[in-house]
Amino acid sequence: MRSHKWFTPWLLAGPALIWVLVFSLWPFVNTVILSFTDARPLRPAQPVGFAQYERLLSDEQFGYALITCLVFVVVCVPLLTILPLLLALLVEKQIPGIAIFRTTFYFPVVASAVVVALIWSWIFDSRGVLNQALEWMGLVDKPIAFLVDRWWLLACAILLTVWKGLGYYMVVYLAALGNVGKELHEAAMMDGAGPFRRFLNVTIPGVRGAMMLVSALVAVSAMRVFTELDILSNGTGGPGGYDMSIVMLIRQVGSGLSGNLGYAAAISVVLFLLTLLPLLGIAFMNREKKTKVPA
Amino acid sequence: MTAATERPEARRAKRARTTRRGRGAGDPTKPTMAGLILRYALLLLVFAIVIGPLLWQLSTSFKGPGEDLYSFPPSLIPQEPTFQNYGTVAEVVPVYRYAFHSLLVATGSVLTNVVLAVLGGYALACMRFRGKFIVLGVLLSTMLLPAEVTITSNLLTVNGLGLGNSLWGVFLPGAIAAMNVLLIATACRMIPKDVLDAAVVDGATTWQRIRHVVWPNVRGMASVVAIFTFIGAWDDYLWPLMVLTEPSKYTLTVGMAYLNSNFSPDPRLIAAGTMVALVPIIVVFSILQRYFFKGVQEGAVKG
Repeated sequence: MRSHKWFTPWLLAGPALIWVLVFSLWPFVNTVILSFTDARPLRPAQPVGFAQYERLLSDEQFGYALITCLVFVVVCVPLLTILPLLLALLVEKQIPGIAIFRTTFYFPVVASAVVVALIWSWIFDSRGVLNQALEWMGLVDKPIAFLVDRWWLLACAILLTVWKGLGYYMVVYLAALGNVGKELHEAAMMDGAGPFRRFLNVTIPGVRGAMMLVSALVAVSAMRVFTELDILSNGTGGPGGYDMSIVMLIRQVGSGLSGNLGYAAAISVVLFLLTLLPLLGIAFMNREKKTKVPA
Repeated sequence: MTAATERPEARRAKRARTTRRGRGAGDPTKPTMAGLILRYALLLLVFAIVIGPLLWQLSTSFKGPGEDLYSFPPSLIPQEPTFQNYGTVAEVVPVYRYAFHSLLVATGSVLTNVVLAVLGGYALACMRFRGKFIVLGVLLSTMLLPAEVTITSNLLTVNGLGLGNSLWGVFLPGAIAAMNVLLIATACRMIPKDVLDAAVVDGATTWQRIRHVVWPNVRGMASVVAIFTFIGAWDDYLWPLMVLTEPSKYTLTVGMAYLNSNFSPDPRLIAAGTMVALVPIIVVFSILQRYFFKGVQEGAVKG
């Protein structure tokens, strides 16, 4: 049924379309273009071919940023794929007071990463409660300088990322668990499967899709890490800048009047390609699964 | 909705009750006493891990100047409770003005996102027009694009518009997100076609249809969009950090980082500042959480 003039949908969807074109699609195209130039603010850009990308290969700072992000991904993905699933199983059942627990477990997600990082930076402080607890238990003689050591700082950032992310992925799993048939659990139980067996053979296959989605989401967001490392290291990227993430590097390289926009753009393009990998990964695994099913 | 979800629940409970005598322990649907206690114990453990750092920070923000912050085990109850830190922190950096800036940006983002997502979502879900699938494709494809990738270029755009170092510049790129349009479009697809057609037959204009047919049907999803948008804008750090160059213009997150790194202040002041950032968002979320969890689950099932 024709119920509107031809331009009505364009008026309605227009703002959204224009915004996406101006603030997502064009900047992306522009970033790709800039990455092949030597653009700097207040100066006309000259094309330089692949020079910015070649520079990446020999840039130590970029190497460290890449390592930081890859460590982040490799550690965060298993933790944030498994722990939220267990948490979702814990809050899944409708028992008295469960709404309070669910809501509370989501608080760290709602909190700003800046606030969370400030709170934890105090816990990790050399006089902080973590060091005091370790000394009290007799595990260390003198405080560990968590926030001024390359690997400890990374570990702290990962810990607070996991703490903050638990509730978010818990909700994703809750939705998925709702679709796992109770009948399967009961059938497995009839066959004498204990809780652990049922978790492995019923729950896990039932939420397999959600687990792949979550691990891809975690991988992408870990690759984009910025705030946690920025606040914990007080904006420095840790001792020697070893803990700088790719996004921190983009900001450092590209901002200010002396910013090297072309180089920042090249790093941005590489970041984009890196965030595509996990998504391609699950697309590939889904395809494999589909081809296996008929066999 | 509630009736539909409660019924199988009740049936299951009944079944569990009837089988209890027969096979006893091991039934996953039947809560055993020991299982229930274990469950609550684990819930409380996670509760402590989640809420502990937040409560501790809250308590620190009320601690008087003479109190030892580094006592162990840490004391959660302030010995000399005082509100003084909330005043003192504002003398170091204008936290309450920063909070107002964040509130402006977040409220503006919620308004534009909800209104424009409902309009756009309705057009994309319920109207037929040439080029619709191109528009959908553009919106979908940009969701693969992390904001950090385009941030350098966006800064050039915003500075080019003369909005650098202003709250308008912070607000503008996030005024409408593709994700929100697609979420509302998903909700719009659930509206029965007949209902919309009936409204047309009755002579309702496009605007009247949106107001009286579409809006009541997508309100749940719109509340999810509103909550996510508010949290996203209130918590955002990287973008305002890039746009705002003058401390007097900062939003709360940037202001807190500024306070922390430039004044090496008393932890009590940092604690007070973080609570100014944390408490409002927790309160807003706690009030709206029912709509949030419901909306998220609906979206997941239908999407």
